[in-house]
Amino acid sequence: MQNYYQKEIETMPVEEMKKLQSEKLVKQVKHVYENVPYYRDLMDKKGVTPDDIKGIEDLHKLPFLTKADLRDAYPYGLLAKPLSECVRIQSTSGTTGRRVVAFYTQNDVDLWEDCCARAIVAAGGTNEDVCQVAYGYGLFTGGPGLNGGSHKVGCLTLPMSSGNTERQIQFMTDLSATILCCTPSYAAYIGETLQEKGLGPDDIPLKAGIFGAEPWTEEMRRGIEKTLGIKAYDIYGLTETSGPGVAFECSEQTGMHINEDHFLAEIIDPDTGVVLPEGSKGELVFTSLDKEAFPLLRYRTRDICVLSRKKCSCGRTLIKMAKPMGRSDDMMIIRGVNVFPSQIETVLLNEGYQPNYQIVVDRKGNTDTFDVNVEMNADQFTDTVSGVTVKEKALANAMKTMLGINPTVHLVAPKSIVRSEGKAVRVIDKRKLHD
Amino acid sequence: MSLKQLNVFVENKKGALVEITETLASHDINMRALSIADTEEFGILRLIVNDNETAAQMLADKGYLIKTTEVVGVKIGDAPGKLSTALAVLDKEDINVEYLYAFMARTEKHAYVVLRVADNAQAEKALEDAGYHMITDADINKL
Repeated sequence: MQNYYQKEIETMPVEEMKKLQSEKLVKQVKHVYENVPYYRDLMDKKGVTPDDIKGIEDLHKLPFLTKADLRDAYPYGLLAKPLSECVRIQSTSGTTGRRVVAFYTQNDVDLWEDCCARAIVAAGGTNEDVCQVAYGYGLFTGGPGLNGGSHKVGCLTLPMSSGNTERQIQFMTDLSATILCCTPSYAAYIGETLQEKGLGPDDIPLKAGIFGAEPWTEEMRRGIEKTLGIKAYDIYGLTETSGPGVAFECSEQTGMHINEDHFLAEIIDPDTGVVLPEGSKGELVFTSLDKEAFPLLRYRTRDICVLSRKKCSCGRTLIKMAKPMGRSDDMMIIRGVNVFPSQIETVLLNEGYQPNYQIVVDRKGNTDTFDVNVEMNADQFTDTVSGVTVKEKALANAMKTMLGINPTVHLVAPKSIVRSEGKAVRVIDKRKLHD
Repeated sequence: MSLKQLNVFVENKKGALVEITETLASHDINMRALSIADTEEFGILRLIVNDNETAAQMLADKGYLIKTTEVVGVKIGDAPGKLSTALAVLDKEDINVEYLYAFMARTEKHAYVVLRVADNAQAEKALEDAGYHMITDADINKL
């Protein structure tokens, strides 16, 4: 089936694509150099001028941006357009330090929605479809991105946001939703709930799902496909570059096509920063070629993956990225939310605890469990059980405020958290996230 | 007036209680009364011992999380209905008992009740006004 949203771009010969990327890159570097003093300084320090960038072959000369830069430049330091030309912000979860605030002009929103539209069309979406968007709406990019893409395709859009599973199922069945967009764990949860109600794949009209924002395995995909009776498509993105739709899966389900006319991808060695040849495993780096308001050049995603230009049966020539295989930092994605151990540490210090803790993440059924063990000291200990549990709840609430998701906190005895070679193991992730 | 209770945080794992009791025994600490509050994940061992300070020190040295709190100790008769009568005194004063445990005297025909309330002084006054005798650390050492 020839299902493209922007066929000319999606099937463009590779040499033509590289030419297009080169032209855009030259323009974009000038735009950033002229309008973003923060990045201009980085370029000056490296001795690179916009004139040195004549095409994508010169990309490696540009300095990297990292999450630390985003923090340093928060909130306006990487903005490249006057606020009067911006129409939207989106943000990641996290209240201090790690929060990313990205700005969009109307054109940025349009191009982002086009990217999501490509993903929906690749999953078989047309204007005959009813698209149920069960990603969170608001600052999180999931809901707004897929909502916009669904409009562009002309689907009847159900802006459900996440949660309230009963209502999700009611709308799904009453209004014959054919495409579901949400996190894979929520899709699995909806599937389980349907099963509990005695409803099978034949009882719901869904045919496809577009699932992303958190790691999931092939096994999980097959499970969701079976319980919902759909084909499940992966989608990738990050707020720093726009949101979902940076890359999307086609019917071949062997990796995600990167919308490389907008996002130029590289794989680097995370330790040395050296660009690695195609097919190598390394850290994924993106350069936004068209973003006007928040154009990040060589942004290090910390996702470890592999790029491939192998010919795809769908006819798209867009380069493909494998599902990320891990991280080059300590970030975890729990229930779709980015969590850094340092955030837990900040909460503990704020609340008067020593930063002696251990995070235990697991997956029960298809839902992430998130437990934090914290060593207590004599000040926190009392002679009643309620005295301890009240403190556990207060700490869990403080963490929820910081992270946006609710952990279960367990106060434990001093020195009871296992130290290996004197260093405490901060994170135990028992989930099987990567194949 | 004061009765010291030693509270020990105990993780729910095999051998935890043995280690605590052995530590106390090795320093000639005599336990007069104990109670355990337990949840699925942890327990709080509450002890009345003959030498609270030494016991606390020994357990702290072993790395236990301990806390000494003051509780109300009251002497009651060892006969049916005596505890109920004593509790009625507190109830009348709207004093809420968070937990309690009791132990028997070896020689006299008495029992002792350890009470955890929000305000010790208030509970003690209520009980004394009703004719009860409080027990203190000094009494415990003589038992």
